[in-house]
Amino acid sequence: MLARLLLVVMLMLAGGTAAQATDLPSLPKARGGTCIEAPATMRREHPDMLKHQRDDTLRLGIRGAKASLKDCVACHATSAADGTSIPVNAPGQFCQSCHAYAAVKPDCFECHATTPAPVKEAAR
Amino acid sequence: MNRRSMILASGAVLIATPALARQPGQPASAIQRWGLLIDTSKCSADCTICVDACKAEMGLNGHGRPETDAQYVRKIDIKDPATGAAHSLPVMCQHCAKPACVDVCPTGASMKRADGIVLVDRHICIGCRYCMMACPYKARSFAHEEQSGQKPYLPRGKGTVEGCTLCVHRVDAGLEPVCVESCRAKAKGAMLFGDLKDPDSDIAKRVAREATTRIRADLGLEPGVRYQGI
Repeated sequence: MLARLLLVVMLMLAGGTAAQATDLPSLPKARGGTCIEAPATMRREHPDMLKHQRDDTLRLGIRGAKASLKDCVACHATSAADGTSIPVNAPGQFCQSCHAYAAVKPDCFECHATTPAPVKEAAR
Repeated sequence: MNRRSMILASGAVLIATPALARQPGQPASAIQRWGLLIDTSKCSADCTICVDACKAEMGLNGHGRPETDAQYVRKIDIKDPATGAAHSLPVMCQHCAKPACVDVCPTGASMKRADGIVLVDRHICIGCRYCMMACPYKARSFAHEEQSGQKPYLPRGKGTVEGCTLCVHRVDAGLEPVCVESCRAKAKGAMLFGDLKDPDSDIAKRVAREATTRIRADLGLEPGVRYQGI
């Protein structure tokens, strides 16, 4: 019993030091204003929001939903020095930096565009 | 109704958005049935403007392998051996009312939207390609390679089936498909897009007045794309 308690305490200590030693993800600042929800909500809920929205939009044809991957990318993609957009799933960029930290692979960008539309097409 | 409310009401009518564009939050409805009417007498054999416009709009950059590269619309040249009469026509997804691709799909990825547009839900497509075999129009393609440079309005990726979406992103915004627009702007305007269920639409009037055919009508799939002159 005592040994088990000691093990738990040691694990907690080890976990604490590991968290301090690991670099937290540093996220590039978003282009737009405030997000559709508070950061804490977005961190936890964004996969569910997008999964619900994708079925509504594709299968039912409902456009203009509050949660939209296209809008996420449009706001969170950063620009390189020459003005071109950097993909959001490139190392150190918004999506990838946090997903690398959490060791979760987002499948969105195997199909979805990783950069916003150029200005000419953005109206669509 | 007094004078003031009458003026307000008339103003409200003026600022209403065009009837074609659906309001945000509204689902596609079975009140509409989108279709195409293609006049082959205006379609010349050497013209590929609709095909090129589609590839540019959808971001279909091939790999130099025409056998397997994605194509949403292709040009077909046909000739009647008895008379020598030759026609050229664009063939894309025919957006059938009873689509064979939807019938055979084991996951429900191949689907028909309420307004008659047949789509692939690539979120649940497993890439089995049953739909490609079932389609009598050879309308669908398979993405064999990893994709890059997708358009934000048209996600596409390796291991999934894809095909003409009737430019659903444009239709939902109140525009017409890019093949129709480019044919009118740069060629002879052989294609007409519209709502087959709206008796006041140009396409419904022409379909009611003129003789039109559907390819392989004997299969009873009731395509939304009709042809004239073949």
